[in-house]
Amino acid sequence: MTDLALPRFPRLIDRIAGRLPTLPLDLALRRFVGSLADRHPSLFSRLGEHAGKRFLIEPTDLSFAFLLAPDPAMPRLEAVKRDASGTIPVAHDARIAGPLAALIGMVHGALDGDALFFSRDIVIEGDTEAVLALRNAVDDAEIDLPAEIAVMTGPAAGTVAAMLKAMRPLAERLTGVALGRPGETA
Amino acid sequence: MTDMTNTPATRSTPTLVMGPVLFNWAPERLSDFYARIADEADVDRVHVGEVVCSKREPFFADRLPEAIERLTRAGKTVVVDALALPTLKRERQSVAALAGLDGVEIEINDMTPLALLPAGRRFAVSPLVNVYDEGTLGWFAARGAWSVALPYELPTASIERLAAEGARLGIETQLHVFGRVPLAISGRCYHARVHGLAKDSCQFVCNQDPDGLEVDTLDGEGFLAVNGVQTLSDACTAAGDEIATLLGFGVGAFRLSPQSCDMVAVAAIYRALLAGSFDGAEARARLGAVGLALPLGVPMMSGSWPATAGAASPR
Amino acid sequence: MNAPLTKIRPELVCPAGTPAALRTAVEAGADAIYCGFRDETNARNFPGLNFDQRELEEGIRFAHQRGAKVLVAINTFPQAGRTPLWHEAVAKAEGAGADAVILADLGLVAHTTEKHPTLRRHLSVQAAAANPDAIRFWVETFGIRRVVLPRVLSVPEIAAINAEVACETEVFVFGGLCVMAEGRCSLSSHATGKSPNMTGVCSPPSHVVYAQDGDELVAKLGAYTIDRTPKGEAAPYPTLCKGRFSAGGTIGHVFEDPVSLDAVQLIPALVEAGVTAFKIEGRQRSRAYTQAVVAAFRKAVDDHMAGRPIAADMTRRLAEGQTTTAGAYKKTWR
Repeated sequence: MTDLALPRFPRLIDRIAGRLPTLPLDLALRRFVGSLADRHPSLFSRLGEHAGKRFLIEPTDLSFAFLLAPDPAMPRLEAVKRDASGTIPVAHDARIAGPLAALIGMVHGALDGDALFFSRDIVIEGDTEAVLALRNAVDDAEIDLPAEIAVMTGPAAGTVAAMLKAMRPLAERLTGVALGRPGETA
Repeated sequence: MTDMTNTPATRSTPTLVMGPVLFNWAPERLSDFYARIADEADVDRVHVGEVVCSKREPFFADRLPEAIERLTRAGKTVVVDALALPTLKRERQSVAALAGLDGVEIEINDMTPLALLPAGRRFAVSPLVNVYDEGTLGWFAARGAWSVALPYELPTASIERLAAEGARLGIETQLHVFGRVPLAISGRCYHARVHGLAKDSCQFVCNQDPDGLEVDTLDGEGFLAVNGVQTLSDACTAAGDEIATLLGFGVGAFRLSPQSCDMVAVAAIYRALLAGSFDGAEARARLGAVGLALPLGVPMMSGSWPATAGAASPR
Repeated sequence: MNAPLTKIRPELVCPAGTPAALRTAVEAGADAIYCGFRDETNARNFPGLNFDQRELEEGIRFAHQRGAKVLVAINTFPQAGRTPLWHEAVAKAEGAGADAVILADLGLVAHTTEKHPTLRRHLSVQAAAANPDAIRFWVETFGIRRVVLPRVLSVPEIAAINAEVACETEVFVFGGLCVMAEGRCSLSSHATGKSPNMTGVCSPPSHVVYAQDGDELVAKLGAYTIDRTPKGEAAPYPTLCKGRFSAGGTIGHVFEDPVSLDAVQLIPALVEAGVTAFKIEGRQRSRAYTQAVVAAFRKAVDDHMAGRPIAADMTRRLAEGQTTTAGAYKKTWR
């Protein structure tokens, strides 16, 4: 449907990851969202009343999805595995689903959410207003995931950040995914 | 100038207004309509003139003076309406010509007349002009407006406040209470588009739909109606108990927008409702017998809108 | 008065829904950006969008340091009894150093002319000044310096206006296309009870519901189904007048196809017609959209002014529904 070559996440790696316990991932996600709240307070304040909503962010090419509850007082981000029938059994107010590459591209401001919606690459259900508020808040926050991940490694943050930045061009060519904010490359 | 005895300040009883015919009716039908309104309709004021599309103007131009004369002789105040979206040279000239008319009032349907009417010329403001707040109402009053018909979509709170401000400024505020609601106007003609034509070669297909052409959703639900470049609500607004509320606010005039039904009977029903002879429910029941082929809706002011409260009606 | 139309270098006026989008637009080559406050005083009052006072001041500083202007859109119609909110917005915009305010409401224009006489006033497309007489009224009465022309005019009509009026004119060149005269449409009020003129949002997302029905994607606005699109077809932008309906025995896009305005190929004709500024619509779109469209039009305008041809088909993918139209600029559109 799109002339945008959105790569799919490798099925083999996903199947392996799917079998691992989610605990380590949940710990990492909790630290990640906490660090995000500290470094990008306007991301949460822009959400206004929608900060209390639960967002199901579902990469359609992964065996699990993310449940985001961006309440500034106690932000939560958890991994939720698909059940046997392949659906994500968790209560939510809004759902944004699409290939991981599309979701990451939107976070990095490399891909336009509306264009992805028109081309049916992403699907939006439930509280449309909340989804728009989240999209606009994330878009304004100018998040660079490698930089956010590097910060989480504590004292080694500087070297990790430099390493990730150096690897990024090659990794992007290999995966075809915008792995950082445009204009942030080494 | 005609005798201004019925300027709002001197009248206590509310004014009943027959708005301009928005649809493309044949010239004979328009003449008969105005003759019957002049002879039989219990309304105080009658609007004439083409509002929606300048291509329709030539068909009735030669009969307009006679209609005006007959209405005036019957004691009606006649108001001539300007075009709502003048863009072409001849459309601007048509608006400019209104300034030369004597013995009648003028109603503006956009800002163009304010550049063409001499400073002292008084005028009325139609619901198609955006008067949403006290600042705009005050400016119009100072510039020479004696009546302001409020936008169709205004919520009750705004109507209450602007009616009070109008009373303070000594000008009449007016509201649409009967007829399909004009919701939009465009540079594109939808009657032509639906018939696969373009505006410049429209073959006047809008004359096939005296009440406008219905537009339904894909689920068969009544939604809108098109009338050339104008889009209206599907349902025909029929204010009932809202009339008492509006009277309480000090709204001075109530506009009936002509549809192809017995508008003399409609006028009689609203005159009685304004006089408190019966309540809104009774009025709406009686509106069932005026030969109206449209579903009845609630006014947009009702606040309990969305339109499904009345306008949406499965076909 | 038909003064020779010398070739004016058009100002590229670009949308900024967020501070990040403002920076992106300025860096992508915007001559000016337009933005609004995070409340009903502007006509893109979407959730999570727009600026507070501090963000506006920072944005203006950023733009001015890079030679770009900032125009603040206060282009909705004040609600009776709440006019002070709009008056404060004008005062805040002037206080923050805005280069101009874009206004639509007559009362607010009168207030601004009286209380902020030195603040440059542009007339929003929401005021629907569609002919030289109406424009002359606004210019002579309130000292309006620039009018954003309604999207009901063909290029020849725009040229005729520019030959007759004494103010600058600004026209839309890309983005969401209103088919109804803007500022004069209450279709969204009819369907949802929320008025774009009063609250700044048309077809508000709070009333938009998407649901899968079999293999059709159903878009509803309030209680009304506004479109059903089969699998494989582009999803519709959830705007009422771009829906699919049945009228006169036929089913289709009665009002407008879900298309975006793209007048990039008309840049030469619009410059020739004496237009002062080109406006890109889309404050509610993302940073990626802003970057791509602003860069594309920056290049197109620069190429044209340098006598080079304009490249085609660079912005189609960002269009709503992925097809584009020249809108009313071509008479046949009517």
